[in-house]
Amino acid sequence: MGSISARRLAKEYKELNSDECPVGIKLLQADDFETWIIAIEVLGETLYKDEKFALKFRFDPQYPISSPAVQFVVDEKYQAPLHPHVYSNGHICASILGEGWSPVLSVPAVCVTLQSMLASCKKKERPEGNDRYVRFAPDNPKKTKFMYDDDTV
Amino acid sequence: MSSDYEFSDEDAEYYDEDEDMEAQDDEDSAISDDEMDADAFKDDLIVDSSRGKRKVYEVDFESMSQDAVQALIKKDVDHISSIFGIDSGAASLLLRHMNWNKEKLIEKYMDNPTSLNIAAGVTVAPPPTPSPTVTSPIRSQASSSTARAKSPSVTTKRTTRRTAAEQAAKSKSPVIAPEPPKELGPFVCPICFDDTQTITLALPCGDQFCESCWKIFITSKIRDEGDHCIRCMATDCSLIAPDSFVQSTLSDDHATFERYEELIVRHFVSCNSNLKFCPYPSCTHTVSCPSAASKSSLATIVPTVYCGASATHRFCFGCPIDGDHRPVICSVAKLWLKKCQDDSETANWIKSNTKECSKCQSTIEKNGGCNHMTCKKCKYEFCWVCMGPWTEHGTAWYSCNRYDDKSGVEARDAQARSRASLERYLHYYNRWANHEQSAKLSVDLYAKTEKKMEEMQITSDLTWIEVQFAKKAVDEVEKCRMTLKWTYAMAYYLAKGNEKEMFEDNQRDLERAVEDLSELLESPIEPETIPTLRQKMTDKTVYVQKRNEILLEDTAKGYLDGRWAWDVTVDGL
Ligand SMILES: [Zn+2]
Ligand SMILES: [Zn+2]
Ligand SMILES: [Zn+2]
Ligand SMILES: [Zn+2]
Ligand SMILES: [Zn+2]
Ligand SMILES: [Zn+2]
Repeated sequence: MGSISARRLAKEYKELNSDECPVGIKLLQADDFETWIIAIEVLGETLYKDEKFALKFRFDPQYPISSPAVQFVVDEKYQAPLHPHVYSNGHICASILGEGWSPVLSVPAVCVTLQSMLASCKKKERPEGNDRYVRFAPDNPKKTKFMYDDDTV
Repeated sequence: MSSDYEFSDEDAEYYDEDEDMEAQDDEDSAISDDEMDADAFKDDLIVDSSRGKRKVYEVDFESMSQDAVQALIKKDVDHISSIFGIDSGAASLLLRHMNWNKEKLIEKYMDNPTSLNIAAGVTVAPPPTPSPTVTSPIRSQASSSTARAKSPSVTTKRTTRRTAAEQAAKSKSPVIAPEPPKELGPFVCPICFDDTQTITLALPCGDQFCESCWKIFITSKIRDEGDHCIRCMATDCSLIAPDSFVQSTLSDDHATFERYEELIVRHFVSCNSNLKFCPYPSCTHTVSCPSAASKSSLATIVPTVYCGASATHRFCFGCPIDGDHRPVICSVAKLWLKKCQDDSETANWIKSNTKECSKCQSTIEKNGGCNHMTCKKCKYEFCWVCMGPWTEHGTAWYSCNRYDDKSGVEARDAQARSRASLERYLHYYNRWANHEQSAKLSVDLYAKTEKKMEEMQITSDLTWIEVQFAKKAVDEVEKCRMTLKWTYAMAYYLAKGNEKEMFEDNQRDLERAVEDLSELLESPIEPETIPTLRQKMTDKTVYVQKRNEILLEDTAKGYLDGRWAWDVTVDGL
């Protein structure tokens, strides 16, 4: 199992460092096959014009059979985008990161999905119940069972 | 509920009721089932109890092994597959999709088999719109990579499960999925990219993946997620793997396939209100109890059941409480547990196993189940529960179980009232928690008793079988402490009045009997008194058993007669 995850991540790593890497996506840090940091920008006329975000991917040995744990980085340098599906601690409510995950998906595929989620946003606001969620949220967003009220993400 | 009985002689009223119901019986046949549902049910119970097969506080139930439930499942699957003319794999998926509701499935299938087959993951969806949208890279790649294996119509398949990756792809992003295998090269699995894998598998959709990836995926779904619906691994496909596919893929991992079968059994059981899966860890038995299947039935019965694996797998069929919560009905038991949880901090100190002697203030630790305490230092004898002198507990006028409501009546201001209500709660909670604690300490009691039984064998000429009376006594004490525990939850919510007083009389009698027997169990053994001890203990065990029976029987009858009036509005009553 470990070998599948290593082979897959090696391949995705190569892809992210080549000219096949999607526009607006940049691999910032990938020291091992456990945690990657990726810069993400939304291009064109959107509510997030000129804003820069970072995504943290955490992989377990079962990747890509099990989904990666993905969240926006929140630190001195980065903030989570103000979006109805993004909690202020960086956790994201998106079905492809949970039930909708397919082992055919990949790191670039997730990045592009999240880019499009931001691009289609019409109103910058936090999800309902943000404060309560953030107070009790587990460290790993995969431990949260999100309800997907919107099947476009 | 009880108002009917307030003005008349109770016994006479009961007879009237029975006659009424019998008279009604004859008319029933003319009236529709729905209208008479509640009464018909009451009739059932009364008729049942008069049969004498079981006690009035017991329910009829049947334990089923996993195989037996699987036979039920097979019957349904075979039925559906024969009337629709489809294979059993598809029939099973359709039934699972409809939560095993055969009637509804037949109705829906007759109406529109295509859409139901798609929704259940049996077949792929046809293209939804003929409009020439931009095909996403994922799709075109996926179809080209597997085109060889597909029928032409499948290459344009489209389902409702869309990812934003797909939509994003429309806005001309470059590659967003792992690179597709080259059209003409050997098959490369799009998950592991391991081109040495030679065996590939696909569901009817034709999405091919290597056998090893399928195996890992299916195992992870079953083992880690406990999911029996195993969807195709492709992003845009909602086909679900039929049993035969799962079985053949897991051909060398029988344990995982067994777990898969158990998950399906659990799903079937959870969809059938007549069935409940045994809640004990790693037990795979099911209990069938149709008489407790409806919510309304739980207003008059406490369906305590146990599975065929072990009589210790005792649970309530009507609610999630593990164990036996007779005599109190589910809704009141739940109310009480909720209250205890909400007030846990206030009441926590009571649960502690040490208290101070009210005479000499030395610390006293409770290490047995008996409530008759003697201070080691000053020899003061008192009751652990109320801390009152023990001498008063044997007298007829003293009742440790009944709450003295004087302070509540006298309370004038809000503060005094709230203190009185807390005191009232603590009275019941104290006794409730004490019986629970004492029942837990019975593990020690078991060990102690076993040692005593060995001693007795040595010091007397009794055989091992003959010393079993001590063990029987321990069993009975533990069982009755459970009953007593729940009687305090019941008494807390019972409205004041004659009925409650009679209930508390029964409670007091059982409690005294239990405490007596408990004390006897802790008494020292002298070789010369063993025959007397044996006689005494056997007699007391029988008496305790009888008191327990009386209490359970009376409460159960009270439910059927609508005799219990509650202090609160109880769900479903
Ligand atoms: Zn593979
Ligand atoms: Zn498929
Ligand atoms: Zn069991
Ligand atoms: Zn219950
Ligand atoms: Zn003392
Ligand atoms: Zn007492």
